[in-house]
Amino acid sequence: MSETEFEGIVESPWSGGHSPFAINSKKLGMWLFIVSDSLTFSALLVSYAYVRLSTPDWPRPFEIWPAIAKSSFMTFVLLSSSLTMVLGVAAAHRGDVKKTVRYLIATMICGLAFVAIHATEWYTLITEEHVTAWSNPWNVPLFGGTFFGLTGLHMTHVTIGVVYLGVICWGYAKGKWTADHVEVSGLYWHFVDLVWMFIFPMVYLLSVNPK
Amino acid sequence: MSAHAQAVGGEGHSVGSAKLFGKVWLWLLLLTALEVFLAYERLAVVLMLTILVGLSLIKSALIIAYFMHLRFERLGLFLIVIPAMVFCICMMLIMFFPDSVRLTHMRPQ
Repeated sequence: MSETEFEGIVESPWSGGHSPFAINSKKLGMWLFIVSDSLTFSALLVSYAYVRLSTPDWPRPFEIWPAIAKSSFMTFVLLSSSLTMVLGVAAAHRGDVKKTVRYLIATMICGLAFVAIHATEWYTLITEEHVTAWSNPWNVPLFGGTFFGLTGLHMTHVTIGVVYLGVICWGYAKGKWTADHVEVSGLYWHFVDLVWMFIFPMVYLLSVNPK
Repeated sequence: MSAHAQAVGGEGHSVGSAKLFGKVWLWLLLLTALEVFLAYERLAVVLMLTILVGLSLIKSALIIAYFMHLRFERLGLFLIVIPAMVFCICMMLIMFFPDSVRLTHMRPQ
């Protein structure tokens, strides 16, 4: 083998010492986590869709006010948080610490608003409609089970995301962490937004009260 | 310039302008509004579910491509992340094969 050929192999992205995907290990790790987490949500959504379609008397309790109006607004809030997050990542790559921190705080406020509105919606459903995870007035226990299971797991992800962004924001402002950390936390946040894009239509819009 | 160097703009800058992200955000809002509108159309549940999931897939593609930057990453990353995930999700849909819902139709009325 000639020396040039040998150098060609050593410099190949697959020979070690480089990332073949040209990204850092944190980002690759987050992508792999997202793949596994998306399969968790997919399994829940697919099983929900199965019981939804195979139960002819599935309840349709969601009125325009409060459920649909609130959940639509929550979708708007979460989409807007993704916009502030992506702008925060762009600012971090420019090295603009002040703007990055502002955008991350705006994202966290949107996340907290989402959780707060969601909590009021759960409260209404539990206290006024008497829906719990195992019983409801329409005698379709799977309605509550799937609703609270799906939205609860998503809400947990949003809550963890807010804490994660808070830690990253603090570390980035202190100069402890870099723009790469902000970008990786952004990937997680967008994923949480993406999951809601399926939960909102499948759980809420498929059970609107048509009156 | 490598794909990654292009992806970070050569000087460590992330790709995509605020204008592009704003446009994607507007499209996502528009598709959401369409979904809410469709929810009040009296369609069969299976058809409604198919349309809503279809629209959600478009929305998630926009989020993955632009907000999560996958459009600007190397093809290799896309290939290890997306096809395997799509394959696994398709395998879950095995529950929707005609025979898998037979039991529900055999229930005593």
